[in-house]
Amino acid sequence: MILKESTIKEIKTRMERYPSRRSAILPALTAAYRQVGHLDNAVYKEISRVIEIPYVEIAEAATFYTMFPKHEVGKYLIQVCHNISCSLRGADNMLIYMQEKLGIKMGETTDDNLFTLISVECLGGCSAAPMMQINQDYYEDLSREKIDTIFADLRAKAEEEGK
Amino acid sequence: MEQVFLKYIDDPNQHKIDTYIEHGGYQAIQKVFKEYQPTEVIDTVKASGVRGRGGAGFPAGLKWSFVPQNTGKPIYLACNGDESEPGTCKDRVIMENNPHLIIEGIMICCYAINAHHAFIYIRGEFAHPAARVEAAINEAYAKGYLGKNIFGTGFDLDIIVHTGGGAYICGEETSLLSSIEGSRGNARIRPPFPAVEGLYKCPTVINNVETLSSLPSIFNNGVEWYRSHGTEKSPGTKIFSLSGNVNKPGNYEVDLGTPLSYVINDLGGGIQNGHKLKAIIPGGSSTPLLMPDQIDTPLDYEAVAEAGSMLGSGAIIVIDERSCMVWVLMKLINFYAHESCGRCTPCREGTAWLKQLINRIENGDGQPGDIELILDVCDNIMGRTICPLGDAAVMPVRSFIQHFRDEFEYHIEHKKCKVETDYPFV
Repeated sequence: MILKESTIKEIKTRMERYPSRRSAILPALTAAYRQVGHLDNAVYKEISRVIEIPYVEIAEAATFYTMFPKHEVGKYLIQVCHNISCSLRGADNMLIYMQEKLGIKMGETTDDNLFTLISVECLGGCSAAPMMQINQDYYEDLSREKIDTIFADLRAKAEEEGK
Repeated sequence: MEQVFLKYIDDPNQHKIDTYIEHGGYQAIQKVFKEYQPTEVIDTVKASGVRGRGGAGFPAGLKWSFVPQNTGKPIYLACNGDESEPGTCKDRVIMENNPHLIIEGIMICCYAINAHHAFIYIRGEFAHPAARVEAAINEAYAKGYLGKNIFGTGFDLDIIVHTGGGAYICGEETSLLSSIEGSRGNARIRPPFPAVEGLYKCPTVINNVETLSSLPSIFNNGVEWYRSHGTEKSPGTKIFSLSGNVNKPGNYEVDLGTPLSYVINDLGGGIQNGHKLKAIIPGGSSTPLLMPDQIDTPLDYEAVAEAGSMLGSGAIIVIDERSCMVWVLMKLINFYAHESCGRCTPCREGTAWLKQLINRIENGDGQPGDIELILDVCDNIMGRTICPLGDAAVMPVRSFIQHFRDEFEYHIEHKKCKVETDYPFV
């Protein structure tokens, strides 16, 4: 089993509140994504068993929603906004800097499997641009110095957790 | 200026129910339960003139009055917190700072339309704002403000937070309903309108977070007070999300009708580092440009429309002299091409073509005739799709070419920007 007991419980708790079982698809995808870090066929199959909706309907819905990576990503998924408000405040520069700093190109994952770097459309942090999301957290008013600190902190955190 | 949404923005405990109550929260709903019949609530909201803050500006009370009360089906409220129009980050600040204001607004609306189930649709990326709202809902349940027999009135109400999966289209009301139902977020053909046949084929009202958050102030202070803010046709206050090339970007709540220049210069500290203003997107990325000589346009639905644009979601994006407008438009069209849900051919194919054409001009591969081709593609999208996403993609394209055609022509002919600057690569 991929999904943990706690994830399955969360999915079931949420499902019970809706007037229709189908409505639990998106909450289930969200819960699974937060636990696993990405979604794929194996995950859809488990969700299908939990909420008793055909697998194909889970996959059909999941493939519409771009927030969930559909393949394995690093421990930290860095999503940098490249839309207008962030671009006007230097998002392109931040992206170049992050690629240099991590030694990877857009869409790639670092060798230690810690960071995956992608750019995404507007995240609703426009008045604190440029900004990015790493896993569930927003990091705003980015600068090179701030990026250095954020990456260093995350590396330290990962090391701590690895012990 | 008096504020409704951001009055307690500096109080770090405003999101907690006890602080909200200390600040006069949950008074309006108790007054409504005691003193108003549901139809009187609708009449009051109609009289207040509050208009939908999501973008369309449709009168909220009128929307509610379309809900049939005799179908025997349950009635639903969907609160729209999908907030994905580039430039817009106003609902997030309400969710984070003042979630009980949203809940109280939802309660007032549900009482008026006789709904016992409400959904708050929050964009999936807003994990923390959604957690804030959910925590607030749990507090309200614990106090007996939600659930069965609220305040001993016999009125039942459940609120469910439904988070999205990163799709701009789900902020469109019928797509939002598809998404709650567990489907891909495709828009639906209207009629039937959601008020008649919406969520689970039942009558449904969809209102923006900011719209619903306006309601408690109307019942606490009265219609006259509410109408003393804003203009005759655009009453009340509104949050404007100021972003782009200004010194102090941020969310600012002002009366509707406040001059754009006040928001940009007085609140926003003027154009970034003293640069010259080039253009303004006044209401979110899909709204046509305003030019520097229009900076005194009052920020209300009518005045901005008269100036040739739309108030939209109130997301003001400021562009200064350093930007090449081909580059800016490329950023916008890439967004719309990515976010088209793919259901309607004109939008799916059209936005992809616009993306290709504008990117090739930006990259120095533009061909003579590309501008005409772009405008032709626009003509074939506009008004030919189920939902407004296609139109939303076309409006900025037409507007950018109308005002800055010279920059596009220069780019095609000289394979580079007319604006001589390294910006934003500094």
